[in-house]
Amino acid sequence: MRLRRVRAVAVKEVLQIVRDPRSLMIALLIPLMQMFVFGYGVSLDVKHIPLCVQDREASQASRELVRHFGASRYFSAPRPLAGQGEIVRRLDDGTCRIVLVVPADFSRRLNDTGAAAVQALVDGTDSNTANIAANYARAVLSAYSAGLRLDTVQRRGESLQTLSPVDVESRVWFNEDLESRNFIVPGIVALVMAIVGAQLTALTIAREWERGTMEQLVSTPVEPMELLVGKLLPYFGLGLMDAAICLALAVFWFGVPFRGTLFTLFFTTSLFLLVVLCIGYLVSVSIRSQVAASQVALLLTMMPTVLLSGFAFPIDQMPALVRGVTFLVSARYYVHILKAVFLKGSGLTALALPILCLAVYALVLVVLAARAFRKTLD
Amino acid sequence: MAAEAAITVDGLVKRFGDFTALDGVSFEVGRGEIMGFLGPNGAGKSTLIRILCGLLRPTAGRAWVAGLDVATDPEGVRQRIGYMSQKFSLYSDLTVAENLRFFGGIYGVPREALDGRVAEAIGIAGLAGRDKALVSTLAGGWKQRLALGAAILHRPSVLFLDEPTSGVDPESRRRFWDLIHDLGAEGVSVLVSTHYMDEAEYCNRIALINRGRLIALGTPHDIKQQAVDGELLAVEAGNFGRALAIVRAAPGVREAAVFGRSLHVVVDSAAARGPEIEARLASQGIAGASARRIDPTMEDSFVRLVGEAPG
Repeated sequence: MRLRRVRAVAVKEVLQIVRDPRSLMIALLIPLMQMFVFGYGVSLDVKHIPLCVQDREASQASRELVRHFGASRYFSAPRPLAGQGEIVRRLDDGTCRIVLVVPADFSRRLNDTGAAAVQALVDGTDSNTANIAANYARAVLSAYSAGLRLDTVQRRGESLQTLSPVDVESRVWFNEDLESRNFIVPGIVALVMAIVGAQLTALTIAREWERGTMEQLVSTPVEPMELLVGKLLPYFGLGLMDAAICLALAVFWFGVPFRGTLFTLFFTTSLFLLVVLCIGYLVSVSIRSQVAASQVALLLTMMPTVLLSGFAFPIDQMPALVRGVTFLVSARYYVHILKAVFLKGSGLTALALPILCLAVYALVLVVLAARAFRKTLD
Repeated sequence: MAAEAAITVDGLVKRFGDFTALDGVSFEVGRGEIMGFLGPNGAGKSTLIRILCGLLRPTAGRAWVAGLDVATDPEGVRQRIGYMSQKFSLYSDLTVAENLRFFGGIYGVPREALDGRVAEAIGIAGLAGRDKALVSTLAGGWKQRLALGAAILHRPSVLFLDEPTSGVDPESRRRFWDLIHDLGAEGVSVLVSTHYMDEAEYCNRIALINRGRLIALGTPHDIKQQAVDGELLAVEAGNFGRALAIVRAAPGVREAAVFGRSLHVVVDSAAARGPEIEARLASQGIAGASARRIDPTMEDSFVRLVGEAPG
């Protein structure tokens, strides 16, 4: 490999990149846009679930219960409903996802027996949200019940211990507030990097075929590896800029805590960038049309990263076969690394295994990309 | 093979699926020789040049360029040749100087020599003072000469030019051929393809190629002599169709064909048959016909040779 030729190719690519300010802008703006779209679009938290209430008793106790629901940030301000007919209508038209029905004998039963039931009607069309809504409702109710019980106990002058002999006091580490955004945004950085990285190089060879410059290039003594390195270098720089944009947004805009070192972040990001640039290059070599190459690169990076990288859908919940397939998805390792670097502050040693996997992945792709380029026309 | 030859081609065959693009072509090109490849579109000229540049692998046969086997040492060949493809293939979003510097770097032109060679190539292209112009802003003739300048930046000993003058105005074509002659005088062997028959006259030797076969090879003069068996008359007359039929039936006529605005007629003796044909046409009601002796053009030869070739 001659450095002189690598330099010539790299200089030429840089010139072509800066001569095309529109594409350059797109290369830098797309990740910005995607970060916002995915960052706000993908959230597993369910908040402000539309809630309607039919309070058939309208006593002090029932109003107190409804007030508890209204105070919870999980539910919207409760909207009172009149009759049974309205419940069905409101659930149908989506005004509410959950309806709380307080029976007319709520406080009487509570006073007489110490236990009363309320009804929660949940719209089950979106089963995930329905489950979460039901759980939230249960949580609000149990907080309310605990308050009631505490009152009773204190009134009777008994000790608290008699009520709950064993108590689990769980404490969450790394993502203390259990904010799903904190663990999803690092994954989104990986997703955006995968999409943008492969797009950067997907056009580079196809463009030369389309414009006819490739025929001249293959008639020169340039070696496939020199062409690969020369072409990847400028896009590597551009990709690092994209990475900086994404990571800065994650920390300063989305407020994801960053506990690792910049070096670990830079090192692992470089490895992943190399992988996705090589994927784009491989696609560009195999498909000699720019439009097709761009679409295939998008498909090859976006689909597996969204579905199989574990950025939103936990890998250990997947069937064994699918779990096996995830090992072939490079983003899987980077998502794992990013989450650990961001939230746990893990260093290179703790992440040795995923880093090694990523490095092997990168090496294999570099060799494949260099070999895929043939200096013949047939 | 002859060590002296710049290019040696021996029984080259190239098939694309069922289509045979080259069917057993053999020839040699000497040092400093300008060899023209003439033939219609699709005759196999580009395929041949691409094989010699190592861009296509031959189905059968062998070829040596600058003493190296194109099949076993394509990289060695690439370092020693210059190639101008049929389609303009410099980077149009780069400037004149940037393109030349790029190819200088790729070919490993010594750094200390690069500035001088770039300036020289700019001079050849006639682009002095426009080295910072984007290539996309250049007109066809300049682009062509710039591509030639880029192809010889590394001083190749063999140059392949695939229809370099197609789509270029006549003045630019003439200037381009002057450059090719200068290169030949410096000892560079040039293999140039064209479908302009008149350009054949500029070559030392020409090869006529049709449907993948070499149908004639020699100096322009030889080829014309070889092709036309006899002497040639140009007959001008109204009513072409009838005139052609009358001429064909005349004694001493070996061949007659419509050629642009006249009929080209091959006869045993121009001096004897010319007046005879004029009289015969007049007697059959085609007045004002004239027949004069002309030298055969390359096009005459090509038409005759293609007609004779089997298949």
